[in-house]
Amino acid sequence: MTIPDLPPEPAPSVPGSVPVTTPAVPAAPAGGTADARPTATPAPDRRPLVEMRDIRVAFGGVHAVDGVSVSLYPGEVVGLVGGNGAGKSTLMRVLSGAHPADSGQILVDGQPASIGNPRDAKALGIETIYQTLALADNVDAAANVFLGREIRTRLGNLDDAAMEAATRNVIGRLNPRFKNFKTPVKSLSGGQRQSIAIARAIHFNAKVLIMDEPTAALGPAETTQVRELTAQLKEEGLGIFLISHDIHDVFDLADRITVMLQGKLVGTVDKDRVTKDEVLGMIIMGKKPGELGEQELAELHS
Amino acid sequence: MTEATAVQGTTVTREPPRRSARSALQALEVDTRLLGMVLALVVIWIGFNILSGGLFLTSRNLWNLSVQSASVAIMATGMVLIIVSRNIDLSVGSILGLTGMTMAMLQAEWIPRTFGLGFEQPYTWIVALAAGIALGALVGGIQGFVIAYIGVPSFIVTLGGLLVWRGLAFQLAQGQTIAPMDTTFALLGGGPKGSLGEALSWLVAGIAIAFVLYSLWAGRRRRRRYGFPLRPMWAEVMLAVFGCVAALGAVWVANSYPWPSNLATEYAVANGITEPEGGLIIPTGIAMPVIIAIGTAVVITFLATRRRFGRYVFSIGGNPDAAELAGINTRRTIMGTFVLMGMLAAISAAVLSARLNAATVGLGTQSELYVIAAAVIGGTSFAGGIGTIPGAVLGAVIMQSLQSGMVLLKVDSPVQDIVVGLVLVTAVGLDTYIRRRTA
Repeated sequence: MTIPDLPPEPAPSVPGSVPVTTPAVPAAPAGGTADARPTATPAPDRRPLVEMRDIRVAFGGVHAVDGVSVSLYPGEVVGLVGGNGAGKSTLMRVLSGAHPADSGQILVDGQPASIGNPRDAKALGIETIYQTLALADNVDAAANVFLGREIRTRLGNLDDAAMEAATRNVIGRLNPRFKNFKTPVKSLSGGQRQSIAIARAIHFNAKVLIMDEPTAALGPAETTQVRELTAQLKEEGLGIFLISHDIHDVFDLADRITVMLQGKLVGTVDKDRVTKDEVLGMIIMGKKPGELGEQELAELHS
Repeated sequence: MTEATAVQGTTVTREPPRRSARSALQALEVDTRLLGMVLALVVIWIGFNILSGGLFLTSRNLWNLSVQSASVAIMATGMVLIIVSRNIDLSVGSILGLTGMTMAMLQAEWIPRTFGLGFEQPYTWIVALAAGIALGALVGGIQGFVIAYIGVPSFIVTLGGLLVWRGLAFQLAQGQTIAPMDTTFALLGGGPKGSLGEALSWLVAGIAIAFVLYSLWAGRRRRRRYGFPLRPMWAEVMLAVFGCVAALGAVWVANSYPWPSNLATEYAVANGITEPEGGLIIPTGIAMPVIIAIGTAVVITFLATRRRFGRYVFSIGGNPDAAELAGINTRRTIMGTFVLMGMLAAISAAVLSARLNAATVGLGTQSELYVIAAAVIGGTSFAGGIGTIPGAVLGAVIMQSLQSGMVLLKVDSPVQDIVVGLVLVTAVGLDTYIRRRTA
């Protein structure tokens, strides 16, 4: 159940053709001239942290995710891009246990994993920072960071002091100016709330981090902070799925970029081997870089 | 020019005291809403005392007030958790009726007659009470299951429950009133014999004081261990003094209320005591329903603030989706709140039926309205996520104070209802207004 062997070194690039890693479908190994592993991705003998194979999710008759396969290696950021309704958030909700897949397979560390609810995902080391942040507004920062994983005393009571101390510690690293540890998070600023959501995701030794539009609600300074944090976590060996509609964000942070359109996978490309225009072409027209004609490229610029 | 400086002058002189009052409250870390309710209660009590010519603030009236508040207060503690998690329970009055009738049938029919074990067995009261609480848990569990796992709105499920459980209570006894209760069971209802008496009441005060001092000390130690800012010493002392005075004062009032003279004479005759001139004075002490209500409030407060269950209930109320995504088993938690509510309705049924020394078909009718009103007056928000158990208990006491006060003033019962209804809406309106302004 490993992904098909790929040439260890990239094939000499053919003019006009940019390497594209097509989805790994177990039944029929993807072939084709464009199938070369880019240099930036980890060596092929390393096992992916997460593999999602042929995932399908339908809402009524609408195929929100239609046979999509993605993979994520340790120390790698994979950007997930696509327009509204492309299915990127739904795909990640499957991985975080928020929504079950209708069919498909998920492998974590090479082992088939069944993720039926958020608890399952967290047990596998998969943490999510949701776009809505998913904070309980009426309780304080520590209660949110430890929600569902409270520290308890020997008698099973909540150890609020221990949780507050740990929260001060982890948020202090993210946002040294954060002071309001006692107030309900409702009264905090967008950046402070984001700090809490991030603290919750990284405090429990995550292996895989899903970030859904992590900078959408933030100002410039806070955005920089999140970017630095992302780079740092990547350095520590986490695998990160970054959902964003901001292509500049993705180009700054991601190693590989996975593009979805209307629930389908357009392709996964190595960031260093494509231009922003080519990725835009994938997002808007669903065409891989090699398939993009001169005229279409020109249209993108108009 | 002079006007401007004058205005400035007043603001400058006014600013510091106001700020220091606020910072004093912050140092005490007192819930300002709770403090406001205590003040409202004090105003109500003093107002009724003046209007009734000193009848309200008597040990007798306050003792009766405490007993009458108990059954609503017991249920209001559970209703807080239900409303905080964005649900409602309209069936508590009917669950009270059904469990009360079941406990009465056990004592008056099933144990003595059906099983032929006879009346007044030493185990009768505890078997009846345990069976009632178990039935309450079952009934609450059924409703909670339908609400949490099948997804029928709690308003609908408990509206149906209101009819179903009351109907079952009627079926159980064919509409008859079941009496009398086991004499031990009847002690749960209070009355002179169902009270703790002088010594035990002072012991309760002692336990309460020890509890207050210990929690202040433990809180301080915990903060110091983690290097969090400590409360200033004067604030700690003030809280300790306030707690001690409240406990001692309440017990002093309860002990100032003597047994009625005929019961005291009976007691004197039975124990071969010659009655002194002016009658034998036996302090009544705290009534059992009040002890049960306080015990319930302490346990539920503990559940709500110190256990995961309570943390989950409040988180679900704040943001149901976030709670689910955090991996909380929200369905089990919601079902748990209804199981708890059913058990509390049964405890309340025991208190009420014991006090009446009978179970009627109408036992607890409309009490759901008073229970919900107590929780809401106590600061529980229907938007979810906000509410305190001490607030709900205070809400129950405030409502009972209004009713008792109006009875003392000989206000007609329809007018009493009008006043209570207006107070309910005004209290919530005021609360909403203040919350919006401070938000």
